[in-house]
Amino acid sequence: MKIHEYQAKGLFRTYNIPVPQGAVAKTTEEAFRIAEEIGKAPFVLKAQVHAGGRGKAGGIRIINRLGDVKNTAAGLLGMTLVTPQTGEEGKPVQALLVEETLPVEKEIYLGIVIDRQRACPVVIASAEGGMEIEKIAAADPEKVLREEVDPAVGLRPFQAGRIFYGLGLDQSLSRRMISVILNLFRLFVEKDCSLAEINPLVVTKSGELVALDAKINLDDNAFYRHQDMESLRDINQENHLEVEASKYNLNYIKLKGNVGCMVNGAGLAMATMDLIKLVGAEPANFLDVGGGATSEMVKQGLKILLYDKDVKMVFINIFGGILRCDTLAEGVVKAVDELIIDLPIVIRLEGTNVEEGRKILAGSGLSFTVATGLKDAAEKVAATLEQLQNVKGVM
Amino acid sequence: MSIIVDENTKVIVQGITGNEGAFHAKQMIQYGTRVVGGVTPGKGGQIFNGVPVFNTVRVAVVSTGASVSAIFVPPAFAGDAIMEAVDAGVSLVVCLTEGIPTLDMVAVKQYMKGKDVKLIGPNTPGIISPGKCKIGVMAGYIHKPGRVGIMSRSGTLTYEVVDQLTKMGIGQSTCVGIGGDPIIGLTFVDLLEMFEKDEGTDGVVIIGEIGGRAEEEAAEYFRMNMKKPVVAFIAGLTAPPGRRMGHAGAIVSGGVGSASDKIKALESAGITVVKNPAEIGETVRGRS
Repeated sequence: MKIHEYQAKGLFRTYNIPVPQGAVAKTTEEAFRIAEEIGKAPFVLKAQVHAGGRGKAGGIRIINRLGDVKNTAAGLLGMTLVTPQTGEEGKPVQALLVEETLPVEKEIYLGIVIDRQRACPVVIASAEGGMEIEKIAAADPEKVLREEVDPAVGLRPFQAGRIFYGLGLDQSLSRRMISVILNLFRLFVEKDCSLAEINPLVVTKSGELVALDAKINLDDNAFYRHQDMESLRDINQENHLEVEASKYNLNYIKLKGNVGCMVNGAGLAMATMDLIKLVGAEPANFLDVGGGATSEMVKQGLKILLYDKDVKMVFINIFGGILRCDTLAEGVVKAVDELIIDLPIVIRLEGTNVEEGRKILAGSGLSFTVATGLKDAAEKVAATLEQLQNVKGVM
Repeated sequence: MSIIVDENTKVIVQGITGNEGAFHAKQMIQYGTRVVGGVTPGKGGQIFNGVPVFNTVRVAVVSTGASVSAIFVPPAFAGDAIMEAVDAGVSLVVCLTEGIPTLDMVAVKQYMKGKDVKLIGPNTPGIISPGKCKIGVMAGYIHKPGRVGIMSRSGTLTYEVVDQLTKMGIGQSTCVGIGGDPIIGLTFVDLLEMFEKDEGTDGVVIIGEIGGRAEEEAAEYFRMNMKKPVVAFIAGLTAPPGRRMGHAGAIVSGGVGSASDKIKALESAGITVVKNPAEIGETVRGRS
């Protein structure tokens, strides 16, 4: 789960990682009051959205006079910010982080992620902060410092020290820098982060070390031991269909195409999307109703699919295995009947009692196209698409 | 022949009295797997599905001589359950649980270091040597004994591939789901090494997906060490970057893990990559 910069900075404060003076504002008045409290211009207003690339998209504004804060805040609040990371639909700006500005001497990158192959956290740092770490790594891998953490003992001070010396910072910063690195690691572990990143961590002209930006992603699987973290979720930053789907434990991701697909299992769901593309169409979504899909899940999944007005046809692909296809087919028929679906549906079921299942679909009186096997399904999806194209000209 | 498990493998089930554990223990027994016991703390001494239940894995292993533990324990307790099995001295742990916190798996892998034990999963459908032994949640009947090894990061997509092969009359030596999580036990490379050595395996199918570098490493291993033919499919060419596609490990992040990079790595190593998931079976038939 992603959280906002202001929330991440709140965690930084708890962990003694210095951040600029400032606070979050949800109204123009609040923004003005916070700026007033900071006192000294210029101020910076930062749109709080779950995406990077805000600066170039106009989501970060420097304001030289207190009197201009309200106006600028009014322009930002309520806007939809489109950055290279948001997709073209953008993200709504409903909160602003109002902060002091600091004269920057040097920008550093500091981040912690999990190394999948080595199964340990790894601290990454670079003296070339401010740009994306992948770009630094691609341009000049030697400028990226890495310290793998032995999980048995955690990040050791000597490792933080090695990063400090690797960065070539002024000796006077050593104690503060090492403390920031160790504190960020403590935060990473104690809150079950999947990413903790400060980019940039700046050295100011007056020699202070301050986290100018903050990005934290949390491990959803660990929420059961962090009730306080789940309250940081901002569903307004998520697609509303995805939020709706998550209520039913469905894995749904909205995409741009118009062939809605519902599949059990993530791998098969991705493969089904790929198949739709191969027959010349675009998938409208990723939807995994779970490896052991039940009739109820199928019904909820269909509902979600139909909320998406881009969807012109539906492809249901369930490889049940142990699941009984007759029970599942009854569920599908009931769901389609109840939801009054008038879109063409291609359905492929596989599993125990598959023949009985297909009979139920065929005898339902509903206009399913029943496919046997993935190849047959692909052909029937293609044929249905062609028909739609010819008849309605919608695709 | 087969790898890792066969008709002599003795299995205990951790979480045997839970919903999932009970259902799948029964399915495994029906398939012919030698399930010799189960573990549920507080329920030791009971008989469940015809096998004895123990309070601890250590007692279960000592009493039954099991060498494998299958774990059907809720995510909050699964990391601990794996460690208990490792400590009890089994040689293989198969963890079916989905949703274990990543840092718990970091601790598990640390705990396993230097110990002579293999882990399959977590978040895996399990392992099956058709006709001999099934440890997991896959439907036994879609499989057929034979000479193609299968390894995968997915569940239902593996069933799909197995089904395509079986319907063409192509059997499988062993099918292993390595798991859909970021941190897992046995990798594609570990399994390629075993399949290459296995006299009962003529060729291997890799079913990969976006995220991580497991397929790239498999490609490198194949290039350096393998003679048997390998066919691969990578799911997620149409997956958007930065989004987690169901599996915790299926995400393209930091420029790592895209399907096209994986396909490129596999093809340049000489592995046949199938682009159409409906044609995996046909491609394997063409290569064998």
